Amino acid sequence: MEIIHAHAGGQGSLLPILHALQETFGFVDRIATALVATELNLSRADVYGVVNFYSDFRSSPPGAFRVQVCRGEACQSVGGRALAEHATSSLGVDFGETTTDGSVSLDEVFCLGNCALGPAVAVNGQLRGRVGADDFDELVHHDTSSVRPT
Amino acid sequence: MTTVFVPRDSAARSVGADDVAAAIESLAAKRGVDVEIVRNGSRGLMWLEPLVEVVTAKGRVAYGPVTPGDVDDLFAAGFLDGDDHRLGWGPTAQIPWLAEQDRLTFRRVGLVDPLSTEDYQAHDGLTALRRALTMTPEQICDEVTESGLRGRGGAGFPTGVKWRTVLNAPGPSKIVVCNADEGDSGTFADRMIMEGDPFMLIEAMIIAGVAVGAREGFIYIRSEYPDAVTTVRAAIEYAYGAGWLGPQVLGSAHAFDLEVRVGAGAYICGEETAMLESIEGKRGVVRAKPPLPAIEGLFGKPTAINNVLTLATVTVLLTHGAAFYRDFGVGRSRGTQVFQLAGNVARGGIVETAFGVTLGELIDRFAGGTASGRPVRAVQVGGPLGAYLPPEQFDLPLDYETFVDAGAMLGHGGIVVFDDTVDMAAQARFAMEFCAAESCGKCTPCRVGAVRGVEVIDQIIAGQDTAANVALLEELCDLMTEGSLCAMGGLTPLPIRSVLRHFADDLDQPKAAHP
Repeated sequence: MEIIHAHAGGQGSLLPILHALQETFGFVDRIATALVATELNLSRADVYGVVNFYSDFRSSPPGAFRVQVCRGEACQSVGGRALAEHATSSLGVDFGETTTDGSVSLDEVFCLGNCALGPAVAVNGQLRGRVGADDFDELVHHDTSSVRPT
Repeated sequence: MTTVFVPRDSAARSVGADDVAAAIESLAAKRGVDVEIVRNGSRGLMWLEPLVEVVTAKGRVAYGPVTPGDVDDLFAAGFLDGDDHRLGWGPTAQIPWLAEQDRLTFRRVGLVDPLSTEDYQAHDGLTALRRALTMTPEQICDEVTESGLRGRGGAGFPTGVKWRTVLNAPGPSKIVVCNADEGDSGTFADRMIMEGDPFMLIEAMIIAGVAVGAREGFIYIRSEYPDAVTTVRAAIEYAYGAGWLGPQVLGSAHAFDLEVRVGAGAYICGEETAMLESIEGKRGVVRAKPPLPAIEGLFGKPTAINNVLTLATVTVLLTHGAAFYRDFGVGRSRGTQVFQLAGNVARGGIVETAFGVTLGELIDRFAGGTASGRPVRAVQVGGPLGAYLPPEQFDLPLDYETFVDAGAMLGHGGIVVFDDTVDMAAQARFAMEFCAAESCGKCTPCRVGAVRGVEVIDQIIAGQDTAANVALLEELCDLMTEGSLCAMGGLTPLPIRSVLRHFADDLDQPKAAHP
């Protein structure tokens, strides 16, 4: 509620509220959408519709690490398609899914703005460039090793 | 004390700039040398990142690409005095790749500490705003019109005309919005300005406010650019502290408040009316025009919407005068364009140069061919909605009109190079796939057309009734072009038609034979 109150009142405050909720909890809970709707005098359907429209907002808890693989054309031109296939097969999940051990959420993204140094990947918002299959394994293993069950 | 620049730009950091900075710091301490590390923006020579610059008697001397393992060697070679090294490039400003450009909009990016108000003013910062504060709104609009500046987001609409429309629109309050939802693959110039020279964007927003009579502004930044969001927010805070923003801009009678809003992963929000919906807290669904946003925009108020590059360029022309800027360029494309060389290129990065340069010059002279060393097969200009051009069209001069006449578009200046391993049928399919994934869903030609487009292209690739399906695809492209509400559905046919026109072999000779 504090998060909602901190942002409510300004014009067009729904997206900032949803961003703040997601930053705190990792996802936007259905219960939270009801609270937001009441506070902003919107219908729950309105709020749900917004959460649902934007690919950033999750309705379930994310993995400990969010790995975004760029699928834009600039990355495609330097092996991005192969990297995307490698990412899904090596993690054993599809884009938009989280590994069963809860360590990694794999997302596709259309452009990270690193188009001269592709293929690009971001791990928890930290941008990486010239990522080959081996680099990807090292990056994901390195960055998630602390939470992997041994 | 020696000053060493190591970029903080997220692209430079993506290839290890933070580790390089840390290595320089620790080795300097170990060697007992006094070194001040400044984290600047990127000079745009992405092929040399991480690019380390040292301030010496010879000027700023460049070394790159530097890895942490090179740093000890650099110290031993005397890089703090600008001495030679195998990674050395001599004075940065004399590197031909940079020296042959016309850096106007990007004049400060990579030169300064992005969050130093002193550094900003020492490099001509605020000159444009101080001048604007002595002018009437009409005079500012006129000067922008005279410069020939057109919207750099892709549409190419004359900026001064847009501003005057907002200025003349009735209404008690008006708004300025910066479209920093740089979603096109192959583009990163907006990001580099926000990370490397954020005060320029803030200064330009205030100027736009004075010109159109607005007292509030929003910068809508995509969530895929977290570093840009942090940097611009920090810069806004400094600007308030310095009295550049707030109730009295630089002590004048003008008030201006500025706020960052963050997108949420929807490409369509780069379309201006979808962006307005998003800022209002709604689904990013495109609005029908009219009413133009200049008349009825954000929260129903007259709104001036401009791209980051457009706004940034206003500070150039107000500093040096409209005539100075207009003297660059060709035809109705005046000034410079910030081209972004991306994809499979040997030397990628920012090439800011006057309109009229040919595609071939950019690819041969600046990009140096492909990174893979294989021949160039196709170049996509202008993002996911831009055409794929074959080497036969490399003599095309880059200006708005020539490109439209050639069935292409300049867009935001992104140039993505592919080598001869590219499967153009797959690229055509991707254009439809992308449209299907990112369509806002408001109009049927885009929402349904893109899904049908993927299906038809799949049938063509599978070799089913190729001739009939190609005809069907052409028809679908016509329908999407004519019937879509905005550029998303309206321009998706552009890359597809270009594949049909220039790379038909890839569609006619299916890779996978149909059983």
